[in-house]
Amino acid sequence: MRHLLRRVGFYLAALWAAVTFNFIIPRLMPGDPAEAYIAKLQTQQVTREQINAIRELFGVNPSIPLWKQYLDYLNSLLHGNLGIATSQFPSPVVDILRQSLPWTIGLVGVAVILSFLIGTLTGMLIAWRRGSWYDTMVPPLLTFLSAVPYFWMALALVYIFGVGLNWFPTDSGYDVFSVTPGWSSDFILSVVQHAILPVITLVIGSLAGWVLTMRNTMITTLSEDYVLMAQAKGLSEKRVMFNYAARNAILPSITSFSISLGLVVSGSLLTEIVFNYPGIGFALYKGVQADDYALVEGCFLVIALTVLIANFLSDLVYTFLDPRVRRGGS
Amino acid sequence: MQVTNLTDQNIRSASILNRTMGRGRSILSVLTSSPKIAVGVGIVAFFVLIAVAAPLLTPYNPDATIVVGSLPPSSAHILGTSGLGQDMFAQLVYGARVTLLIGFVAAIGSTLLQIFFGLTSGYFGGVIGDTLALIINVFLVLPGLPLAIVLASLASANSAANKNEFVIALVLLFTSWSYGARVLRAQTLSLKEREFVTAARATGESSLRIIFFEILPNEFALVGSTFIGTFVYAVGAEIALEFLGLGDTSKASWGEILYWAQNNAALIVGKWWQFVPAGLCVAVLCAGLTFINFGIDELANPRLRVERPRRKRLVPGKKGVAG
Repeated sequence: MRHLLRRVGFYLAALWAAVTFNFIIPRLMPGDPAEAYIAKLQTQQVTREQINAIRELFGVNPSIPLWKQYLDYLNSLLHGNLGIATSQFPSPVVDILRQSLPWTIGLVGVAVILSFLIGTLTGMLIAWRRGSWYDTMVPPLLTFLSAVPYFWMALALVYIFGVGLNWFPTDSGYDVFSVTPGWSSDFILSVVQHAILPVITLVIGSLAGWVLTMRNTMITTLSEDYVLMAQAKGLSEKRVMFNYAARNAILPSITSFSISLGLVVSGSLLTEIVFNYPGIGFALYKGVQADDYALVEGCFLVIALTVLIANFLSDLVYTFLDPRVRRGGS
Repeated sequence: MQVTNLTDQNIRSASILNRTMGRGRSILSVLTSSPKIAVGVGIVAFFVLIAVAAPLLTPYNPDATIVVGSLPPSSAHILGTSGLGQDMFAQLVYGARVTLLIGFVAAIGSTLLQIFFGLTSGYFGGVIGDTLALIINVFLVLPGLPLAIVLASLASANSAANKNEFVIALVLLFTSWSYGARVLRAQTLSLKEREFVTAARATGESSLRIIFFEILPNEFALVGSTFIGTFVYAVGAEIALEFLGLGDTSKASWGEILYWAQNNAALIVGKWWQFVPAGLCVAVLCAGLTFINFGIDELANPRLRVERPRRKRLVPGKKGVAG
């Protein structure tokens, strides 16, 4: 319990850091970012409200002391006010994020679970069959695949399976012309079809990490005495592999969850852009393209928040799996 | 995006590596003893050579419009031309300069930050150590690429002159140091209990001297390994930022090639030569760097090496003895 409370404290500190970054970064920039920014937007016909919104965002009003600005900023965050998206005026950033977030969570969630299951099983098997042809072939191949940038893998898949073979749709999250969003089977089918290529992209990109982590710890575990003992007792091969070796080798995979999650989320941002997938990454891309800083900031905050929550969940799983953490507390 | 294989294991293994190398093994014998390192070093050297020799390899200026545009590969332009009529091969070889240089600068800067945060947070206990460790962990848990996008897009909103590759290097430096810092911190925590550190402290050496002259030299192998991991990450993230259009889109680099390929919908109309070569180069370069790290890992951790006859007898699972 004490362990969990400490973790909660840590994640709150991390969240505070993310929020504070958002506040400080525009104010640390040299020169006058707000004016440069407004000048840049002049071509897009800005209204007086937009200019005021931008001034407020960059905190250029010198008559308000910095600490007051900070408190106001925290206060508006707590009320779910992330400002106005200048590129899609006058819709609030929060609305755009609310529409985008479920798509990204769905995509990343499915991809991470699939990749974890496939990767961990593969890593376990190739460690068990040490030195076989697939143990020598699979890791270098996966290393190469994981070195391919996510968005380039996405481009290649679009090219081969979308344009070339025409097997899967490659644009948007569902068929915007023929189905309406809702709990109809048509809509769900359309969503699944549109998610196949993005999910494959993310799984291929993140598989290597799981396989290699699992393989390396599994090899270490296999030389432990209790594995030898289990084999000496004549237990079945499957039982030794799953219940003795893999069970003890899986913990480092769960610890590395937080790092790989960050990487998959980053990959998902780029994958969404290639597929025009209506998630946070695409919103972020549109924000970057249109110099919509409020939207970019909002996207970062919501991504950070989601990653922190996911990390906390993986901590919970870890506590549940490792009795030493549960009891020890230190 | 890329996988670094820095596990907690190679914290211990890196010190073994230090010892093995110290025992009079030359760099050359390390290269020949591990095929992975040899392949990796070969790949990286190949790209460095291409980048350096770019003017010898192609007569064309990478940024100049030479022909009408989007010509498929031919004998005059072996990788075809871009949508703007630039020679793709020239763009690729000159682009290697930008990619390698920015990756290198970002990785060097990031490694210095890693050394600073990792070693000081590991060496000092109490409030200083805990605070630094907290900073490391917070940066570790915040997603790096989105933060980099926020920084780069604000820098370019501030002034169009900031939309260049050195701003990207700076942004990447700032967002990529946490992982290596954690690895170095763990190693420092174990090293500071050793006798030589206690001895140094007893002779009255200052903390800074102990950290940077006693402990740091013992972590060189680990620093090298995290440097390569950071390099891989920096190259991938740099390409990603350029792909988003946050770099200088008028100057040839691998990310810029992919940015224009995506913006001109090159692949929908089947212009494979505009995006396949650049993507393959990124993948091969990063895989090469990762192989070096795997090689270091295997060299240092004998358990991971393939040739182990003892294991074959102990695992009954092997029917025919494989490999």
